[in-house]
Amino acid sequence: MHLILFLAFGAVCVGGAINLLAQRHPINSALSLIAVMAALAGEYLLLGAEFVAAVQVIVYAGAVMVLFVFVIMLLNAGEEEETKGSRVAILLGVPGMLTGSVLVAWVVLRQSGNEAVAIGALPGSPQDIAQLLFHDFLLPFEVTSVLILIAIMGAVVLASKPETPAGKAD
Amino acid sequence: MVPSYVPLSYYLMLGGFLFACGVVGFLIKRNIITIFMSIELMLNGVNLSFVAFAAHWHALAGQVFVFFVMVVAAAEAAVGLAIIIAVYRTRETLNVDQVNLLKL
Amino acid sequence: MNPNLNLWLIPILPLAGAAINGFLGKKSSRRAVTTIALFFSGAAFAWALWVALRFSSLSLPYQEYLAHWIRSDSFSADFAFYLDQLSLVMLLVVTGVGFLIHIYSVGYMWDDPSYYRFFSYLNLFMFFMLTLVLANNYLVMFIGWEGVGLASYLLIGFWFTKDSAASAGKKAFIVNRIGDFGFLIALFLLIKHFGSLNFEQVFQGIAPLGVETAGAGLLTAIGILLMVGACGKSAQIPLYVWLPDAMEGPTPVSALIHAATMVTAGVYMVSRSHTIFERAPTALTVVAIIGTLTAFFAATIGIAQTDIKKVLAYSTISQLGYMFMACGVGAFSAGIFHLMTHAFFKGLLFLGAGSVLHACGGEQDMRKMGGLKSFIPWTFLTMGIATLAIAGIPPLAGFWSKDEILWKAYQVSWVYWAIGVVTAFLTSFYMFRLLFMTFFGEYRGASVEAHGSHGHDPHGHDADGHGGPHESPMVMLVPLMILALLSLVGGFVGWGHHFEHFLAPVFGSVEAAEVASHGTELLLMGVSVALAFLGAWLAYVLYCSRPELPQRIAASLGGLYQTVVHKYYIDELYGALFVKPLIDGSTRILWQDVDRKVIDAAVNDAGDGARHVSDEARHMQSGNIRSYAGWIAVGSAVVIAFMIWMAVGR
Repeated sequence: MHLILFLAFGAVCVGGAINLLAQRHPINSALSLIAVMAALAGEYLLLGAEFVAAVQVIVYAGAVMVLFVFVIMLLNAGEEEETKGSRVAILLGVPGMLTGSVLVAWVVLRQSGNEAVAIGALPGSPQDIAQLLFHDFLLPFEVTSVLILIAIMGAVVLASKPETPAGKAD
Repeated sequence: MVPSYVPLSYYLMLGGFLFACGVVGFLIKRNIITIFMSIELMLNGVNLSFVAFAAHWHALAGQVFVFFVMVVAAAEAAVGLAIIIAVYRTRETLNVDQVNLLKL
Repeated sequence: MNPNLNLWLIPILPLAGAAINGFLGKKSSRRAVTTIALFFSGAAFAWALWVALRFSSLSLPYQEYLAHWIRSDSFSADFAFYLDQLSLVMLLVVTGVGFLIHIYSVGYMWDDPSYYRFFSYLNLFMFFMLTLVLANNYLVMFIGWEGVGLASYLLIGFWFTKDSAASAGKKAFIVNRIGDFGFLIALFLLIKHFGSLNFEQVFQGIAPLGVETAGAGLLTAIGILLMVGACGKSAQIPLYVWLPDAMEGPTPVSALIHAATMVTAGVYMVSRSHTIFERAPTALTVVAIIGTLTAFFAATIGIAQTDIKKVLAYSTISQLGYMFMACGVGAFSAGIFHLMTHAFFKGLLFLGAGSVLHACGGEQDMRKMGGLKSFIPWTFLTMGIATLAIAGIPPLAGFWSKDEILWKAYQVSWVYWAIGVVTAFLTSFYMFRLLFMTFFGEYRGASVEAHGSHGHDPHGHDADGHGGPHESPMVMLVPLMILALLSLVGGFVGWGHHFEHFLAPVFGSVEAAEVASHGTELLLMGVSVALAFLGAWLAYVLYCSRPELPQRIAASLGGLYQTVVHKYYIDELYGALFVKPLIDGSTRILWQDVDRKVIDAAVNDAGDGARHVSDEARHMQSGNIRSYAGWIAVGSAVVIAFMIWMAVGR
């Protein structure tokens, strides 16, 4: 059962990822990314990480991807143009990266043996996570709040309309 | 009977595959926004690995880390998209090859 | 136990004077500079006298440790001083004659624009020379050795705007360096075989060794190499060529450095190392032969020179030859005795020559002098005393010391004695020649101009000359008189072998039973005195009563005379043999080939190469973000692969 569910969600992930690469219009890529994230939320549930799954759906799929879609619509992004790319990126980067991942995969497979993860294996409820978060990881928590503040300010400043030259002349 | 245990390596392979797709997308795509989405894909793959390990070792801290990763990814997405908007305003294009002033 | 004598004050006081005058002298008045210079050198002399007074109550040798210098496993050397009879003699000579010359220089250099610099260098020289004399190990002595070479260079080239002076300074330094090379190798041998350069340790290490025969062996090598160093510093064959050129320096410099003190450093060093030489008869013979030959050779050149300072220079070389002859026959104390008396009369001769130059407005050619005894009587008197001394006329100082040497030389081989005696004849001849040409007869010089050629203005005279040589001021005459007095009576310390006994604790007891009898000694003494008088009479004939004769003799000797006048063309020979090939080699090989084509090319090509590489590498920064991403991906893949390999592949 666990395996079947895993494979199902996994297929959605894989399909979505490949679709993201294959589509020409960014909005299609965005939608497939949303699908990947939803499937991932399912994977998290299988592992017993309910809290993370919820956060994934709410924050990632719900807020970040919506932001992406808004921006795509705002900028009226069209289909990709064909421009001269970089030879290095395609000739060297992709094979290199693929080699890297193959190596990593090989190592992982060699080392893993028979370890298995049970369904819903993760212990803990949201209370336990909160306990960790506000006791042991209090400092990183506060730092991330500062980070978000900075991000907000940065985003506002960067995206605001620049002052018109006529206005500045005064 | 279908086993109810999934080997850890399967989760890791899935996470790795998502990561690899993210990198390939980053290298191949020309639209800035799509490149950004590939980055998000990479982060998701990593998150999956984190949670898988956390489940394997029954450690709760893995989840907390994922939480933080998501926070950072959100912040980064916000700022990055703001930058993209600013770039679009000046260059009128979303093609990454046109943003080539970062050179000598 | 010995009380602390604070020997270190003796060298350091002149160093302080040099520093003060060197840094502050330019802005100070002449009076201030004079006070500083005379105070510090006088203080050093006073301290040396005080040490001498307390000398008999010391247990010798007295060593004073200042600071440690080199401490390594196998070798150590310290800054430490050493006092015994030999150093005391040298100390008194250096500080005493040095102080007198400082006083003299006040008058001589008064009108020189670089007055302060002169005294700074002079004090600096005193510091180094005193370090050399007081050192307790060869390494500190070497500091002094090199330092006096430096001071000599600075002082010879004192008027460095003159090309000949600058070249003379360079020549002195370079030729000295050749000698120093030998010295250094001797030091290395000492370190290797005795593990130390400390006098006591080295000599104790040598003491049990036997006398080396058949001319081979370690001690012979060390001895010969030390002699090479001494040849450089003390102007013996073949490294004497710098001393005549050194006369470009001011006359007090010639007096102090190139007559009384620096050039005697070689003799001191050889005497100090007598333990080594006594066990290496071959080396000792080499020393004697070099000394004897040099004495004769230089004397032959001296008889034909016309520049008054050059005559004195060759005379110095010749007298130094005597000292080495003495050392070479084992009569070290006789050599030191002659060193002391030579400091007196040669210093006096140079200072007197300076007085003559001052009187004649810088003229150095004796052919343009003459009849000066009526103009500068005091100078004449003192120089006359010095001439009598150097010629070996009893009872002046030179007679005692020179005779001692000749007697000891005779006991080893009559050949040494014979050459020495002939040289004594020549010495007497050329010195009296100098005296007669300069002070007797008619004044052949031009009317004295207001500015002399040595940059020195006879004080208080009109700008358009004043019609005649004039006597020097008292500040210059008093040192002359003191030195004349010492030349008169200084030899009496040798009476009855007193001097020899005084130095006996250093050199060992009086040499083995005398070969010949006392009667022979008196006979030999008579011969040398007779020859001295003969030389004086010959000079009188040729330069006083029949002054036309020298020209005829010179003409009839033709080529031989020319050769001697040109110093046997040795300088030209060295130039062709060594200097020119070296310069040519340097220019063609080292400069054009090595320097330009290899070193410069390497540097330039390195620069060009860097530029080429960066031109190629520049393409990586295209500004294309995707290519950057590609490189990042490749790089990270490489890193991952490496990490995997490290963890798994082992």
